[in-house]
Amino acid sequence: MGETFAQKILAQKSGRKRVENDQFLRCKVDGVLANDATAKLMIESFNKMNREVADMPEGCTIYFDHFAPAPNQDAAANHNLVRDFCRKHKIKLYDVGRGSHLHVPVEIGQCRPGMLFVGADSHTTVLGGVGAFATGVGSTELASVLATGELWFRVPRVVKVELKGEMPEYVVAKDIMLEVVRQLTISGGRYKALEFTGEAVKNLSVESRLAMASMAVDIGAKVGFFAADRITEEYIREYTDRPFNIVTSDPGANYERTVTVDLSSLEPLVALHPSIDNVQPVSGLTETIEINEVYLGSCTNGRLEDLETAAEMLQGRRICPGVRLIVAPQSKIIYEKALAEGIIQKLSEAGAVILPSGCGPCSGTHLGVMAPGEKVLSTGSRNSPGRMGSGQSQIFVASPVTAAAAALEGRIVDPKQTGWGGK
Amino acid sequence: MLETYKGKVVKLGDNVDTNDIIATRFLIYTDPQKLKDYLFYEIDPGFTERIEPGSILVAGHNFGCGSSREHAAIVIKAAGFRAVVAESFARIFFRNSIAIGLPLIECPGIATECKQGDELEVDIRNSVVKVKDREMEGLKYPEFILDILEYEGLSNWIAENRDQVLKP
Repeated sequence: MGETFAQKILAQKSGRKRVENDQFLRCKVDGVLANDATAKLMIESFNKMNREVADMPEGCTIYFDHFAPAPNQDAAANHNLVRDFCRKHKIKLYDVGRGSHLHVPVEIGQCRPGMLFVGADSHTTVLGGVGAFATGVGSTELASVLATGELWFRVPRVVKVELKGEMPEYVVAKDIMLEVVRQLTISGGRYKALEFTGEAVKNLSVESRLAMASMAVDIGAKVGFFAADRITEEYIREYTDRPFNIVTSDPGANYERTVTVDLSSLEPLVALHPSIDNVQPVSGLTETIEINEVYLGSCTNGRLEDLETAAEMLQGRRICPGVRLIVAPQSKIIYEKALAEGIIQKLSEAGAVILPSGCGPCSGTHLGVMAPGEKVLSTGSRNSPGRMGSGQSQIFVASPVTAAAAALEGRIVDPKQTGWGGK
Repeated sequence: MLETYKGKVVKLGDNVDTNDIIATRFLIYTDPQKLKDYLFYEIDPGFTERIEPGSILVAGHNFGCGSSREHAAIVIKAAGFRAVVAESFARIFFRNSIAIGLPLIECPGIATECKQGDELEVDIRNSVVKVKDREMEGLKYPEFILDILEYEGLSNWIAENRDQVLKP
């Protein structure tokens, strides 16, 4: 029987020839990531473990992105505590404004294909977009990796997500993933890994793959994996010439099940309040959903192509009066590219507020928090009540294209009916 | 940590998100005593005040889905819950609970078998749940996970060099 990518990577990292599904293993981890929402707890646990920082090929890196720049004195004090820890243990810190640990590791060449990464953030699955086995854990587990270089895993069964056909206009990777979420439901990926394959993958940019992989966890999956290919290699070579090991599943691998998405049949989708698998075509909405805020950003849709797509829709127009359009590029590099390409200018002229790189609005920590009774269209990945502020606000999750259309109209509309932009 | 507990059931539904358990803005705090007042704060302020110490949280499917925040497990423990029993757990919450020493049992059928206020007995070591006169079997743990719980979580487990228990 052939092996899945998960069997292969975990076998290699546990020093075995072959491992089987559901087997418990102790694996050597290539690198660990934490952010300013989880690092303090990690430090406290690490200090109880009485160990030195373990050697790992890619080490530990910490990113300030959830409370950055600090919105209050407690958060500011936390930042200083983490800064001191990083200095003391020679840990690399990406301070405020540099970007999120859910993107920067790929643009600095730290996380590469075939690697095993864990991060104290559930959306660490994002890094599977470049063919790494990457998953989220809690702070104490992350501390245990920092102390030992190792972590226990159970080999996940793999669900194959076969993508075929071509995307129509106004449909983007986010819509593909919302369709996957609709089919598998909020718990359909529990304890499993998702592997995206099929003829249509070659038409997906690395940024699109990262967007889709980020949401693997939102259906419970441990990993969202795109085997690295020529497109991945080109992307990574833009940032680093360090070596990597492309891992793919064998043709006869033992998949638990296969789901197929025909991209040509998709249209713009939206996950309605209050659950991410409450997915419907925007064209089929039976009631008018007026919105107060549009958020373009997050580890799902805060990348260059997302900003560019929205800017094309918004170019030369103004957003609907009374609607707030909040934009957060995922990293400083993305921000600077968007500046150089005139994307920021277009967004700003249309009425957008541009934030520093980070996770603020999507995690409800600051910079765009929702009041009771408000509605937001977010390009993030979650819409449980209270996620972006008040538990009495409502969150609707859709693509950057649908977000731009909503910002212009002040309500959730089918972007293909607006006649604006076009993909 | 691995003894048998008895407690009153506080019951919740399916797909309870860690973001609901504790909102992101409170993650700047790590002291359990400070965190405990923020359990379900955004959607049900005052939840913690209604919890009798020693209660057992019973939930449906996919409990603890969403974010990786370990604060979710910490705050449940700090609010006075002794254990969590659910139809199924989201994987990071499951791992976090073990890592901080909050006993939990994945027990298919539990949500239909017991209701709010019932008396429940949970035997963590053997993964057995007793409700009224009925005994239900939960998923069994591998030895090393019981060992982590025995040491009340990963921090002690590693400090005591128990991490070599699990073969690579």
